[in-house]
Amino acid sequence: MSVNIKKQSAGAGAANADVILEVKDLKVHFHLDEGKLKSVDGVNLTIRKGKTLGIVGESGCGKSVTSQALLRIVPHPGTVEGQILLKRGNTGNSETVDLVKLDDKGKEIRSIRGGEIAMIFQEPMKAFSPIHTVGDQIMEAILLHRTKDDSEARRIALETLQSVGMSNPVQRMNEFPHQLSGGMRQRAMIAMALASHPNILIADEPTTALDVTVQAQVLQLINELKEKTGTSVIFITHDLGVIAEMSDDVAVMYLGKVVEYTDVDTLFYGARHPYTKALFHSIPSVASRNKRLESIEGTVPFPMNLPEGCGFYSRCPRAEDGLCNVTEIPLFKVSENHYVRCLFAEEQNPGGVGNEH
Amino acid sequence: MNTVVEKWKSYRIRSKTTKKPEKTEAFEVASQWQLMWWKFKKHKMAMFSAIVLILLYLSAIFCEFLSPKVPLERFSEYKNTPPQGIHFYSKETGFSLRPFVYDMKMTVDQKTFRRTFQEDKSKPYYIYFFVKGSEYKMWGLFNSDIHLFGTKDPNAPMFLAGTDDLGRDLLSRMLYGGRISLAFGILGIVLTLVLGLLLGGLSGYLGGFTDTVIQRTIDLLICIPTIPLWMALAAAMPRNWSALEIYFGMIIIFSIIGWTGLARVVRGKILSLREEDFTMAARLAGASDMRIVTKHLLPSFASYIIVSITLSIPATILGETALSFLGIGLMPPVVSWGVLLQDAQNLETLAYHPWLLWPASLIILTVLMFNFLGDGLRDAADPYK
Amino acid sequence: MSISEEILNVQSLKKYFVIKKGFLQRTAGYVKAVDDVNFYIREGETFGLVGESGCGKTTLGRCVLRAIEPSEGVTLFRDRDGKMKDLNGLDSKELRRFRRDIQLIFQDPYSSLNPRMTVENIVGEPLVCNGMASGEALRERVKELVEMVGLSSRHLERYPHAFSGGQRQRIGIARALATNPRFIVCDEAVSALDVSVQAQILNLLRDLQKRLGLSYLFISHDLGVIQHISDRVGVMYVGRMVETAKTDDLFKQPKHPYTEALLSAKPIPDPRKKAARIVLSGEVANPANPPSGCYFHPRCQYAQDVCRKKKPEWREVGPDHFVACHLADELTLQGAVKS
Repeated sequence: MSVNIKKQSAGAGAANADVILEVKDLKVHFHLDEGKLKSVDGVNLTIRKGKTLGIVGESGCGKSVTSQALLRIVPHPGTVEGQILLKRGNTGNSETVDLVKLDDKGKEIRSIRGGEIAMIFQEPMKAFSPIHTVGDQIMEAILLHRTKDDSEARRIALETLQSVGMSNPVQRMNEFPHQLSGGMRQRAMIAMALASHPNILIADEPTTALDVTVQAQVLQLINELKEKTGTSVIFITHDLGVIAEMSDDVAVMYLGKVVEYTDVDTLFYGARHPYTKALFHSIPSVASRNKRLESIEGTVPFPMNLPEGCGFYSRCPRAEDGLCNVTEIPLFKVSENHYVRCLFAEEQNPGGVGNEH
Repeated sequence: MNTVVEKWKSYRIRSKTTKKPEKTEAFEVASQWQLMWWKFKKHKMAMFSAIVLILLYLSAIFCEFLSPKVPLERFSEYKNTPPQGIHFYSKETGFSLRPFVYDMKMTVDQKTFRRTFQEDKSKPYYIYFFVKGSEYKMWGLFNSDIHLFGTKDPNAPMFLAGTDDLGRDLLSRMLYGGRISLAFGILGIVLTLVLGLLLGGLSGYLGGFTDTVIQRTIDLLICIPTIPLWMALAAAMPRNWSALEIYFGMIIIFSIIGWTGLARVVRGKILSLREEDFTMAARLAGASDMRIVTKHLLPSFASYIIVSITLSIPATILGETALSFLGIGLMPPVVSWGVLLQDAQNLETLAYHPWLLWPASLIILTVLMFNFLGDGLRDAADPYK
Repeated sequence: MSISEEILNVQSLKKYFVIKKGFLQRTAGYVKAVDDVNFYIREGETFGLVGESGCGKTTLGRCVLRAIEPSEGVTLFRDRDGKMKDLNGLDSKELRRFRRDIQLIFQDPYSSLNPRMTVENIVGEPLVCNGMASGEALRERVKELVEMVGLSSRHLERYPHAFSGGQRQRIGIARALATNPRFIVCDEAVSALDVSVQAQILNLLRDLQKRLGLSYLFISHDLGVIQHISDRVGVMYVGRMVETAKTDDLFKQPKHPYTEALLSAKPIPDPRKKAARIVLSGEVANPANPPSGCYFHPRCQYAQDVCRKKKPEWREVGPDHFVACHLADELTLQGAVKS
């Protein structure tokens, strides 16, 4: 096994010490008979300790595949390229592991999956096996990553169920997943993910299938747990409202690329990419009542055999022939912590919710 | 994760055409049968099976013309002759483009009275195309004596697959038997189809009491072991029936038992399709029940029925074979693969006349090919997945 | 805005599904999917119906269409001659005539179109079934419809698999418009679509409404969409309507505690604004075994004794503002945070 382990000195730069996961030029390509499907095409992300990174985009933009790549669970026939640098261990002696270089069925990645990086899904029934009780499944995760002692694992499982606000946790331990309501199932899944004390929690559209009132409960729960445990969260959603509520940093994805990357306030009050701005204008709300929504023309192209240049070219109101459709557009730094993949990022008026009133 | 996979799948049918613009058009206006054909074509094994099956059925249709002898013609000199080799070269005449077979000379072992055959190299019989041979009635309609291939002398021994213990040409018998056995599969399925569609359709569409009755009947029928049930029903057929009556009697027996599987498929499909939004849309559009069934439901599960049929034809053929083999189905002088295998029931055959097992290989081939074909059709049956 | 006449008036509509149990299929109870619902929709208006999953909003929509037979109640619909007729009393022949005036747009753009029919046949089906057009006239009408929803007549021979979700939804809308309906039930019509496509379809629905004078019953779980498209809004909880009001009134001054909680739960797409969130405790009541009195009382922070004992009256508390809450006059509830 060729594992690239880079020792880092304990006292690295303060800004750097914050970073626990760094994704560099991540590419996930699916090699199909018909060609190469570029699901994720050159994504750079930085996950800071105790912070939430929101990834937002429409269906097919590659946000879910990105999260799968982080755990190396990209379905066949996908290939992962680039670097996923995870800082392992305590702050005293940390080592950096490149997850891309690990064998995706190997021991090391399995200890990271569910251990240091845990994931919660949109559909909790898919995360649970229907034939084992909730308690058994949570205990299994604990036995794998935290302790070898059964009664100890049981105690931790109970504690975790309590901490996610499960009513009557002792009884819930012995129930099967289908006996729980949607919100409770989601809580149980979060409990299972958190039971192993992960450093990073990936939440892939965890509230999309839930009703608003239940969604509110779950979002609040994730935020509380984040405060309490200092876990970093990668929150994937298509809902800008949820992003506003949950994130510290936001990456907007379109066609496998990050088109805008900044902190949440800058995004909502100073978005510069035409796609991000259009997304904001598409949200129906009071402000847009009795007005037409400024929708984006056309639909998202399929990420195969794409033309050169900006992916948004065909739908962009600002697009210029001979400029935008010639070469790949790089991610420009507009200001500190604000990156935009657009040639006209600087000259445009920033958009977002802030400018409407 | 699933959505990604589903996206590729939907893209797979799309992408094969997106490369060239003129083909895009073809994809977009392609009907379900067109899409299924495209998908089916990709399944190499199924394509191969389809071709083999077509050849098998063609040979069954034209068996009188294809077989060198007629099946009941006895060559008393040549009982249990092993298959002859086809030769192109002999010491006397050298190489000849025209293939020939040697006569078979019987010798009897004086101690065991076992007969063995040796090639008689002195008597070659050349094989010609379109020769005059024994007279037959093509499809029972008109008389002819032209055979695709054979020897000039209609009484010359040419047994490419050997003969049975009455000295009848096995190759010809296998071709004639194929007609009976293969047709049995098709005819059996026609009645099964009618029963399955009707009862399954009623069960699914009407629901309620009708559904309960039909479903319990199916439960009852499938919990009886098939072989004993077949045997009981076959034994109930009057002894004085003609061969043709027995043949159709057996088809009815198989359909009475066989419709259950199809009926369940049809019922299940109707139940799920009835819940589809497009069925409700049709109802809201003012479509009558008849229109919903014929325009929306039937086309939607037609492909599944084809799959189900393809997979149950071999079962029917095997059933006929089994009954005939046991001696309670078709009887000699009717020739079917099962009847032919009756001759291979004892150890002696296996030891001394193994060529009598040839019909079994044809049965295996047919069943395998139908199963492969069914596999391919099943994959193609829902092009919208 | 001058107040136009009602096109639909639903009174005490009920739909109870029977639960059968055991071998003999004895009636073991009822699921009260729609439980005594009252509301009206005016001509040319969009009435938004909002509620969480399982609250009965889809069943209510289908009962209005009589795609599901309601158990009880009156559904008055204004005929073309201006008279109100009860749809629930119609025989199948009369109902067929009314079906032309009342149509449905489905949630799922995939399962609502028969994949085995061309766009032309899908859109033309209502016309054929009702004998409204045939031959060249049919083709012309279908072409007109398809162009009305923003597709091109080139698309007529294509099959649904050639289209994206948004385009399919347009096909579904064209089909719904075929018989010149006056009233359309949009059942989660934009829920399955991406935000940018959703905006396109919302715009289309709004344009069509202006052009053709349509009235909508717009069912959705998305408060943002409801707020954007509706003139008036109804909120459902466990089969009952708890509040109906003009959109602005409902979002600014809700009168029912459930509406308040629902509004506060909606995430606001603005990081600088935080909702004073009311996080509801417990679970949504089971419609097969609902609590006594007001169904919301076990989760309601304002609940009093009367709420447990008595079913609240459906009453008018302001112009066009109806609510089913004992305490509606006493409580001052917070509205949605303006975004």
